[in-house]
Amino acid sequence: MHFGLSEDQRMLRDSVARSLSDNCPLDHVRECAEGEPVFSDKTMSALGELGLPGMMVPEEHGGLGMSLLDAAVVAEQLGYAAAPVPFLATNVLAALALTHAGSREQQADWLPRIARGEPRISVAIAETVEARDGAVVAAHGGGLSGTSLFALDFRGADAFLVADGAGRLHLVPTDAAGLETVALTTIDRTRSVGEVHLQGVAAEPLMADGGVAAARLRCAGRIILAADSLGAGEAMIEKAIDYAGQREQFGRVIGSFQAVKHMCAEMAARHEPCRALVWYAAHAFDAAPDEARLAACHAKSHTGEVHRFVARTSTEVHGGMGFTDLLGLHYWFKRIGFDRQVLGGPEAVRAEAATLQGWTRAA
Amino acid sequence: MDLEYGAEYDAFREEVRQFLEAHGHRAPAGQDRAARPSADAVKWQALLIEHGYTARTIPSEYGGYGAEPDILKSRIIAEEFSRAGIPGGLANQGISMLVPTLLELGTEEQKRRWIEPTLKGEIVWCQGYSEPGAGSDLAALKTSARVEGGEFVINGQKIWTSTAKQADMIFCLVRTEHEAPKHGGISYLIFSMDTPGIEVRPLKTMTGHAEFNETFFTEVRVPVDQIVGERGQGWFVANATLGHERSMLGDPDALENRLQALVNLMREERVGKDRAIDSPVLRDRLAALQAEVAAMKYNGMRILSNSLRGDPGGMAKLIVKLQSCELAHQISALAIDAMGEIGILYHGSPRERARGAWQRNYMFQLGLIIGGGTAQIQRNIIAERGLGMPREPRLPKPAAVERSAVADGRKQETA
Ligand SMILES: Cc1cc2nc3c(=O)[nH]c(=O)nc-3n(C[C@H](O)[C@H](O)[C@H](O)COP(=O)(O)OP(=O)(O)OC[C@H]3O[C@@H](n4cnc5c(N)ncnc54)[C@H](O)[C@@H]3O)c2cc1C
Repeated sequence: MHFGLSEDQRMLRDSVARSLSDNCPLDHVRECAEGEPVFSDKTMSALGELGLPGMMVPEEHGGLGMSLLDAAVVAEQLGYAAAPVPFLATNVLAALALTHAGSREQQADWLPRIARGEPRISVAIAETVEARDGAVVAAHGGGLSGTSLFALDFRGADAFLVADGAGRLHLVPTDAAGLETVALTTIDRTRSVGEVHLQGVAAEPLMADGGVAAARLRCAGRIILAADSLGAGEAMIEKAIDYAGQREQFGRVIGSFQAVKHMCAEMAARHEPCRALVWYAAHAFDAAPDEARLAACHAKSHTGEVHRFVARTSTEVHGGMGFTDLLGLHYWFKRIGFDRQVLGGPEAVRAEAATLQGWTRAA
Repeated sequence: MDLEYGAEYDAFREEVRQFLEAHGHRAPAGQDRAARPSADAVKWQALLIEHGYTARTIPSEYGGYGAEPDILKSRIIAEEFSRAGIPGGLANQGISMLVPTLLELGTEEQKRRWIEPTLKGEIVWCQGYSEPGAGSDLAALKTSARVEGGEFVINGQKIWTSTAKQADMIFCLVRTEHEAPKHGGISYLIFSMDTPGIEVRPLKTMTGHAEFNETFFTEVRVPVDQIVGERGQGWFVANATLGHERSMLGDPDALENRLQALVNLMREERVGKDRAIDSPVLRDRLAALQAEVAAMKYNGMRILSNSLRGDPGGMAKLIVKLQSCELAHQISALAIDAMGEIGILYHGSPRERARGAWQRNYMFQLGLIIGGGTAQIQRNIIAERGLGMPREPRLPKPAAVERSAVADGRKQETA
């Protein structure tokens, strides 16, 4: 048995890390996030050189046919760099959905282009977790009507992948008649979400599968968000240790105070098991479908809690400096806040975990 | 224990209610974090002072209402304003920190000159304590003043100065006795922010706003009588102010108001057809926070009650800043969780609730866990002063750690 990343996965991780540290340092994140936030084309094209846009696309369609664990390895690095790139929706979720539930024509139409890094597909499946503000999408006779909130990687989308109330997925091009979109802004300026309003929009459904595809997407999405949070937490812990080793008060580096050491040790102690949890969840998605949903729920809810703690504790270690914009620490703080809430906050996800295991009384 | 209110207090409560009914509509809206009170807020403040609903026990010769301290009446005022959802009197660094310090330690002339306009909201103050090298170790401050021709001449830099951009005046710690030991060389000066030689540069924070500033002093000249306490006694005066700051940050009425806002939010916010408050999990957290807020409220009454008998407060007072700031942060955290994905909306987004106040508070209250003495420093104080535990031994100075060594060490372990 080997529980850990393969040699190839480590090489993948290192090359993504190198590419991000060259192309997406804090100054660049700041540039993208300030003013009207924009995704980083520079970072996207550097990641494109590594083949990442097509990593989840099957080889027969020009991709690399890699696993969700591979994608999680990448997502962790994106979180570590707080990279403003739309990787999740197009390159993981849409690629997965089309591969597993797309018709031959849909696959031939979209997958090779996704592998080339061309289209951006925003994924609107928030209502399969919980409906806020009464949002719901209904399919009727080939048309879609209703509202979906928090469509992921919204900005610059060429199409939306929308889940209806029955959990079926539909592709809606951005220029479809009857489609209106509204951008939402969140604490995290390195991501983008928005809402779609549909009025009898002619959409292309993916294959009928009784909602399995949407449930799997939600799983994959949660694992990738958990991996992102893992990387962002890692960055915040490193920054705290680093700062505590430099900053002096009372004639000592603050890292020599037991109180500060314990804050750092506590962060590490809670953070470290998340790594194995996220890897396991991604592996289960790839190899043990029976366990995948529960493992994804655990990964998502647990990293959400742990990294909320890490985000505030790392900020505390930095004192007043952590609260300012000067070190940019807040980009990771907010990234973690986003990862926690999207596709279900810890409470919602744990409720799903309980239901999955038959712990709740049948209604 | 005697918590009977009695007939006098019932009448007083009725009076407060009638006041709120008659005048409540004149209260300013949305003034929460405005550094400089609006014209409406200044008028409202004057009306509240006139009726004794704020600055109640401050002597009238200094612009207060001049009532004898009476905790029950103070509680009734707080309760009725909170119930009506109407803002009470102004609470800023001048009113909550400087005024009580001047009442305790200022000269008669200083009290007459500064307290009244401060209470009225005409003078806004900022606090010039922290410096880049002196945060937790405040007594390490380096901003210095020499005496020249009847004036202090100040040079140096402060940081994290909240509201310095809007303030008229500053209360400021400077080193005047250069030969004296660390804590004995500091003086507490008050001066105008318009004095030549002061430069204020706003600092943006994680909330996206510039809640505080860097403040630079170059040959800033201040008359020698604008000192509170004696030369070299600044540390003592500063600690009096810090005590008041910690009480301000731990204000139980503010906690109660936030909790009530959270209850309202959780009643309105819906997941599908259910209200957030219908979720047993969220509701349990809400009730747990409510119990904690209640504990802090009664703890506050106990402190107040003891202080009227000359009791300094002891442990009940030492824990207020630590517990209340954490509690405020947790109230906002639950609000975010109850809103789900709506909870991360910010920057004026469509569907954002309460103009982003919950997220902003979540971050700002983390700032307050750090500001005014960090949580770790509070715990040191509780252990050493409150529990009489030994101080940490002074160790030889450990060397700073090489930056790359730290990162590399961890990197190797993450495979
Ligand atoms: C929102 C906000 C508003 C503020 N407003 C003002 C203001 O108006 N005026 C003003 O003068 N200042 C203000 N401050 C500054 C505030 O008082 C300082 O930030 C605070 O005292 C901490 O100092 P520091 O930032 O230098 O952190 P540091 O002292 O560098 O602390 C860094 C870390 O080391 C820890 N640490 C330091 N010493 C010890 C020790 N002995 N034992 C254990 N742990 C230790 C701290 O707990 C912290 O985790 C404000 C700060 C904030 C965040």
